[in-house]
Amino acid sequence: MSAQGSDSPEERTGAHEGETQPPRISRLSALAAVLALAGLADAVYLTVEHLTGRSVRCTVTSGCSEVLGSPYAVIGGYPLALFGALAYFTAFSLAILAAFGSHRAGNFLAVLVALMFAMTLWLLYLQAFVLEAYCQYCLLSALITSLLVVIVIARRATK
Amino acid sequence: MTRKLPIIIIVGALLVALGGGALLMRPSQTSTPSTPPTNTTQTPRAANTPGTLTPRPAASSVAPGTHLRGRSDAPVLLEEYADFQCPPCGFFHPILKKLEGEYETQLRVAFHHFPIRTMHKHAAEAARAAEAAGLQGKFWQMHDLLFEKQKEWQDAPTARPLFLTYARTLGLNLEKFTQDIDSTAISNRVLNDENSASARGVTGTPTVFLNGRELAFEEATNYNTLRALIERELAAKK
Repeated sequence: MSAQGSDSPEERTGAHEGETQPPRISRLSALAAVLALAGLADAVYLTVEHLTGRSVRCTVTSGCSEVLGSPYAVIGGYPLALFGALAYFTAFSLAILAAFGSHRAGNFLAVLVALMFAMTLWLLYLQAFVLEAYCQYCLLSALITSLLVVIVIARRATK
Repeated sequence: MTRKLPIIIIVGALLVALGGGALLMRPSQTSTPSTPPTNTTQTPRAANTPGTLTPRPAASSVAPGTHLRGRSDAPVLLEEYADFQCPPCGFFHPILKKLEGEYETQLRVAFHHFPIRTMHKHAAEAARAAEAAGLQGKFWQMHDLLFEKQKEWQDAPTARPLFLTYARTLGLNLEKFTQDIDSTAISNRVLNDENSASARGVTGTPTVFLNGRELAFEEATNYNTLRALIERELAAKK
């Protein structure tokens, strides 16, 4: 996986032989990285709250306890948010590599974001129809993942 | 350098995430002097004592029926909204006990129930057990016992037998305790506290108010920080 690929259309248009211009960064991928970073912060917060046993304060919605205290918030003894944090960190890393021109990282990012979106839909379903309660931090994560989907699609469309 | 830049960014983000997580996990040990600005600690107190600079015991602002421990003329009132099954509340308990010992005549403690029923299956029953013990004059003894034995009962399939054991340890009338713990009056008493919590915007546990000012979690659960805040309140009252 090259960190400084030369196959990006944006780089092809910007680089000329004999010049030492820095590689142009894909703005969409950079935006995806920023969003993934926000998701990472959200997931790290929820993971820490879970591990310390603190009850998360909901300020916008009122169902944080119901959602985060439910059996669905834990997988194999580990908080679901921990897996979210790992996914967001991976998405961030891939987005950064893609931003610097790696096509392969961009492809992996698309696959990862698709998986994250599928998980997001499942979690939204659980909140809406099973738990009948919403956690604002989970909704924020859902929003971030949805925006990542939009970006991934936009990246594909602009190629 | 440009080849390494993405890796540097990724490693940097990882370090920030791990560092941020670690900071959230461990309440700050060094924020004692600067975290609570003086102005913010004085605003609620000023609201409690309109038009006068004369110190007034904060305990006078507590609703009737509140469980209180400490002298009624104590200048500092610490109110806690807690859930007996919440681990941080259990962690906070010895900190508060230590401070109560140190500020025996200057600190008054009020306890309000805020059982998080959805997260802690025995929390409401534990609150009722404390209230049932309270009807026999042993609320605080049961309160202390529930926190001290939290690890023993929190994961038990049913907590009632253990609560009965504690009641027996405290020398309570078990028949009355058993009747009271399931009584509507006791349930309503706990609900009243929960309503009071909602009215004050409490959404998590432990939530601590010091002379009316809500403390941040890190302030309340760090012994040194909380001690410094109590000292500040005492200094302000002089």
